[in-house]
Amino acid sequence: MPGLADKRLVFVTGKGGVGKSTVATALALAAARRGLRTIVAELSGQARTAQTFGVAAPSGEEVRLAEHLHALSVDMEQAMEEYLHERAGRVGDLLAASRAFHTFAHATPGMRELLSIGKAWELAQDRRRVPGTQPYDLVIVDAPATGHALGALRTPATFAEIARVGPIAHQGRTIDATLRDPAQTAVVAVALPEEMPVTETLALRGRLREAIGQEPAAVIVNACLPERLGPRQAKTVADALEATSDRVVHAALRAALSQQARVSIQREQVTRLTQELRRMPLKLPYVFAEALGPTQLGALADRVEVLL
Amino acid sequence: MSGVADWLADTRVCVVGGSGGVGKTTTSAALAAGMAARGLKVAVVTIDPAQRLATALGLDELDNEPRRIEPQRFADAGLSLGDGELWAMTLDPKRTFDELIARLSPDDEARERILANRVYRELSDAIAGSQEFTAVAKLHELAQERRWDLLVLDTPPSRNALDFLDAPDRLRAFFEGRALQTLLRGGGAGLRLLGRGTGIVLGLLRRVTGAELLSDLSDFFRLIGALLGGFRERAEQVEALLRAPGTTFLLVTSPEREPIDEALFFQRRLRDAGMALGGAIVNRVHADELGGGNALEDVPERLERATGLSPALAKQVAAAFADEHALARRDAANVARLRTRLGADVPLTCVPLLDADVHDVEGLVRLRAELLGDAP
Repeated sequence: MPGLADKRLVFVTGKGGVGKSTVATALALAAARRGLRTIVAELSGQARTAQTFGVAAPSGEEVRLAEHLHALSVDMEQAMEEYLHERAGRVGDLLAASRAFHTFAHATPGMRELLSIGKAWELAQDRRRVPGTQPYDLVIVDAPATGHALGALRTPATFAEIARVGPIAHQGRTIDATLRDPAQTAVVAVALPEEMPVTETLALRGRLREAIGQEPAAVIVNACLPERLGPRQAKTVADALEATSDRVVHAALRAALSQQARVSIQREQVTRLTQELRRMPLKLPYVFAEALGPTQLGALADRVEVLL
Repeated sequence: MSGVADWLADTRVCVVGGSGGVGKTTTSAALAAGMAARGLKVAVVTIDPAQRLATALGLDELDNEPRRIEPQRFADAGLSLGDGELWAMTLDPKRTFDELIARLSPDDEARERILANRVYRELSDAIAGSQEFTAVAKLHELAQERRWDLLVLDTPPSRNALDFLDAPDRLRAFFEGRALQTLLRGGGAGLRLLGRGTGIVLGLLRRVTGAELLSDLSDFFRLIGALLGGFRERAEQVEALLRAPGTTFLLVTSPEREPIDEALFFQRRLRDAGMALGGAIVNRVHADELGGGNALEDVPERLERATGLSPALAKQVAAAFADEHALARRDAANVARLRTRLGADVPLTCVPLLDADVHDVEGLVRLRAELLGDAP
């Protein structure tokens, strides 16, 4: 049992296009339904979660989407200003207003990642740094694709190591300790039942251990097609296809066989993933709807509830 | 339909862009193979190919230079490359960045000092846009060599398809962190940058970062700043290559709403940047077996009557048909939207969803047939 509801920070990552945002939102919705004050923190700057709920979300603003459910599209500039203000008050504001300082911050390798991770961490603190804000029980981070996400998770430790002493070193170490603590932080890996996403998920394990000394708390296989035909039934359908001339019947049989072909690849990949992980990943169904709305998200939230 | 080959008639450099997970890498490789089969010398630069695809192409050697793929691998899969040649490489961004530093450094000592700098060692792969920039920098280098008729670049996996367009700017900002160095030395330029209160700002900077980090960073920026001139020149050449008449961008997308939105955004950005969009490729389109018809009623009954399937099985087949039909309609609507929004002057082609993943040479050959409209 991953027990995600007991954590403070949950990072959702995976290969591009696997549905990280959808999974992050479904997890957050499930947590909010339990009464946990939950926020989805998007690190990609696209404010997709709020869009799904039809809520306008200016970058950097914590917006309410539903009861107990909030979203934030993390804004680097704003995160930096908050940090400076907290460290140095009004003189920090002066620094934040300096052009040379911005040039410096933008040019410093890893600074964007450090600030993004720092912001996600800040959201999960009992004592929020940002005046007038409330703490959250659970922060679900809609993280970048695997490679970038791992890079970002490593940044606090890297900065701490380079800086050795001083405020950034201290801050880096504090955040890194939170990331390494399985009681506070979990990583959820999302895959599709296809070759490349499964391979990337398997490779994630070692790299995650290296970055923050953790295993993925849960692995989700998204967009699984329904398994409608057994092997013998598939054979019957294939034979029927040979024998028919009716256009609609032909199209129906072709469609069923095409789905079946993809289902067998899917099964192969889920098996490979299960064997390598030595546990069952959580399978989420393919959503056939035109667009993902509250109904579909609600159904997905029901499915991921078990991970809480 | 002769497909994508026509779009590339006068192309020497083809940049393949699109959001993550839409099949950029396989599309790039299939396209390169197809163009090689038309007699061209083609090199494809991939970023992160699936292991099985890399193995299938013999791309496991990571020496950061293109290698020629044995024509026999394709001949075995039914595609003769004839006089054409297919070369491929997997980009190693860190190594390419090191190479770039080495090329820009005035002497060995300067190079060694940068490569040994702690900030550079620990963080160079975190430099915003470095992967994107190294990809185009490598492309530029290969274009300079003039050994190939066509170069195909598969852009880095990124949630934001535009990152590599911004990369030269971001990297320039990075090299210009030299401004900070000047500032730290208390030189005239730095003082002018900040005006009054410089001392206070510096003190603060130390307060928020820590003295050691500041000194390491300042070392780093000083070393890297010495390369600024060379880097600027390189960035300009790279940008010129992206705008050159022989350079074409291809958009790859899946028929889903979000990748299509990104593709359209990408088109606008390309237009603003004065770069040429050669066409759009929509991968994994569900086929509409009914040709747009809507006759979904009584399917289980018709199946039973026509084929003698059991009622239970007929119901499953009808359900699968309904799924696929819904997806085909969704895809058709999304593709129609893309076609309208792209405008009449941008060609578009759809690749049907194949029943198998593409991760071997046979798969590439099939995909090539779909892309180039060649008979399989």
